[in-house]
Amino acid sequence: MTTLGDICAVALAECFRGDGEIMASGMGYLPSLGARLARATFEPGLVLTDGVATVLDAAGQPEWPMPYETVFDVLWWGRRHVIMGAAQIDAAGNQNISCIGPHTRPKVQLLGARGAPGNTVCHPTSYWVPRHSARIFVGAVDFVSGVGPSRGAHEIRRVVSNLGVFDFGGPDGCFRARSLHPGVTPDDVSRNTGFDVHFEDNPCVSRAPSSEEQAVLESLDPDGRIRGAVT
Amino acid sequence: MTTSGLPDKRMDTDAVIASLWSGMTLGIGGWGSRRKPMDLVRAIARSDLTDLTIVSYGGPDVGLLAAMGKLKRLITGFVTLDSIPLEPHYRVARQAGKLAVTELDEGMLQLGLRAAARRLPFLPTPAGLGSDVMRVNPELRTIRCPYTDAELVAVPALRLDAALLHVHRADVHGTAQVLGPDPYFDRWFALAADKVYLSTEAIGLDPDAPLSARLLHRMMVSGVVDAPGGAGFTECLPDYPRDEATQRRYAAGAKDPAAWQAFLEEWL
Repeated sequence: MTTLGDICAVALAECFRGDGEIMASGMGYLPSLGARLARATFEPGLVLTDGVATVLDAAGQPEWPMPYETVFDVLWWGRRHVIMGAAQIDAAGNQNISCIGPHTRPKVQLLGARGAPGNTVCHPTSYWVPRHSARIFVGAVDFVSGVGPSRGAHEIRRVVSNLGVFDFGGPDGCFRARSLHPGVTPDDVSRNTGFDVHFEDNPCVSRAPSSEEQAVLESLDPDGRIRGAVT
Repeated sequence: MTTSGLPDKRMDTDAVIASLWSGMTLGIGGWGSRRKPMDLVRAIARSDLTDLTIVSYGGPDVGLLAAMGKLKRLITGFVTLDSIPLEPHYRVARQAGKLAVTELDEGMLQLGLRAAARRLPFLPTPAGLGSDVMRVNPELRTIRCPYTDAELVAVPALRLDAALLHVHRADVHGTAQVLGPDPYFDRWFALAADKVYLSTEAIGLDPDAPLSARLLHRMMVSGVVDAPGGAGFTECLPDYPRDEATQRRYAAGAKDPAAWQAFLEEWL
């Protein structure tokens, strides 16, 4: 039986469709699983690391050294697509992983800007939000770590959450539902988003994995722990 | 001097601390909770040094020095313990409003070190444009490209008074090997700094390691401290993995003053 985790893994893999031979960086377990699923099926050219400092080929063998300095070379070169997390995403597609509240004295200190400013202006970026809520999808972020389209983003391709798949392709670049996961209604999304969401007349339902994709997911995540974390 | 005519740069930790001063700008190598020169950092924490400006891809080096009240300013792209994503001591200091931070994109930090290394006043990049890195650091300026008119951030050189780095092997003259898969930005820290002090897992180069593992040449290095286990609980592969149990105790101290005091007495 298809689980929500399977649906989200496929949606994250779909972020990379058409990317060809670029570095695919999935931050966190499920985005990484999505990248590996994409490479094992429709995007065989994707370049994936072991999460440390080595590119691994499809057989899991070391293919190339990729220390952080090389990651930045590839990042600035533009041949990379990252799926990041977000403490906040706003209506203009800006992302925050730095802090909640004023920067001089944050209410909550988070990671810091990390590579988000450079990632978002240099190459495609997508986001994974495991718990879609109005605390994360806010009108305006407290700190712009990753920039949205109106601030000069290269491309904010997708936002995948536990409710659906979104982008900023609505009228005037507004937040748009591309598909909703099975059983999710537009009202579910609207209630959990702190700004207006654009829905097409008949929102698509996010697709389930093909039998080939399901088999790949079972082999990459044999005990289902990564996919099972999505609720 | 040694028989080779080259200086023997071995020092002890106290001698390194004695060559540092309050108010200085200090770079610390490694990345997050990986290959941090924790023996040297703990020695700073024990010393009367204060008002330090630290440049670091931050981990427990930042958290400890923040908790001990040693910092005037932090220049960083992030602070993390890796397996514990948010550095709890750093959070406490920030949320108390006690620590000023120059928060940069990770790549901007690298370019600041590279600019200093090359003795340039700045290096240009699009990274940071449009982000609140520009808002919270009003001293950052942009420039217009003279060829295309494109706007770019002029990342100022991050010149360091000294850098502290931890390596796997070094000879007594300062040539150093990093045997793990990632040298991080240690070489840029070294070239950005007026003085470079290494702690090393062992004195003596590994003859079986490739020449490319020699990250630092003796001409870049001021002093070498023989410090087996000198990365503390941070990861120092292939010599040892992160000591997660000790890191958890370190982290737990941020929420429990009594446990923190007990931990410091034992560990510091």
